[in-house]
Amino acid sequence: MAQVSGSVGPNTPLEYQSSIGRLNIFGFWIFLGAEVALFATIFATYFTIYSYNVLGGHGHHHVGGGPLPSELFEIEGTLIMTLLLLTSSFTCGLAIHEMRKHEVKRMNMWLIITLLLGLAFLVMEIYEFIHYAHEGATIGTNAYWSSFYLLTGTHGLHVTLGIGWMILILLQVWKRGLTPDTAKKVFISSLYWHFLDFIWIFVFTGVYLVGLVGS
Amino acid sequence: MKKQNEQHKFPWSHIIGFVFSIVLTFLAVGVALYTDLSLQTIVIIIFAFAFLQAAVQLFMFMHIKEGDGGWQIAKMASAAFIAIVIAYGSYWVMTNMH
Repeated sequence: MAQVSGSVGPNTPLEYQSSIGRLNIFGFWIFLGAEVALFATIFATYFTIYSYNVLGGHGHHHVGGGPLPSELFEIEGTLIMTLLLLTSSFTCGLAIHEMRKHEVKRMNMWLIITLLLGLAFLVMEIYEFIHYAHEGATIGTNAYWSSFYLLTGTHGLHVTLGIGWMILILLQVWKRGLTPDTAKKVFISSLYWHFLDFIWIFVFTGVYLVGLVGS
Repeated sequence: MKKQNEQHKFPWSHIIGFVFSIVLTFLAVGVALYTDLSLQTIVIIIFAFAFLQAAVQLFMFMHIKEGDGGWQIAKMASAAFIAIVIAYGSYWVMTNMH
């Protein structure tokens, strides 16, 4: 079972120094496993509806009045969003690297850069949704666009939560300093942030790239 | 428990992972939009790239091997299995099994 009583040495990172810290980190991985299952059900819905309503089993499209995804998707914007989130995952990793060197100021700087990149991603996604709505693709247009907004919206909600969470953790580090407790919180919120990009890889691939090619 | 003895070094694994992720992203775009392969072939290739990139996140960014590394890897592997069964399984049943 969980190694809560592992030996703690001078090289042990702060977030692993308390047994509660080790348990919390392990527990968060269990939570991430559940998040994978949640997103899998939404992807299942999306792919099934996509294959029926956009690809069409018999060679013709029947999206039910709305525009096709390939008519609205644009690779440039999607690629910029992908690179923003990927870079934010990288800078978040650098923040943890600095945290382990006890460079709190540098850690804060990388976390703030991570937040700004995440915010830029979110702003682009909101503008994308507004643009699609103007083109006649809203969550109520048809089954395809419902599943599209359900999937990208659930991911976008996770990004929003991640931004709020990380701001609160930054404030706590600012008030309390870097301790085994706050370091654990920074580390766990960084796992969550990496996970946002982990899911986005599959949204980018399965929704946008396939959507641009497959219809 | 794996100790992070290399914690004061230059963050090579992050930089290699980042470069690798960017390359995989652009390769996926290239295969999807600038080749004449069939849709099925494109889907297989770009999803292989996606799984590789997801592994980069887990192993090079998320420190999955630290702490209870074995359990954490087992958890994410079983989650991947569940995800493939749910997502691909649903798609397969709904499109091939009527």
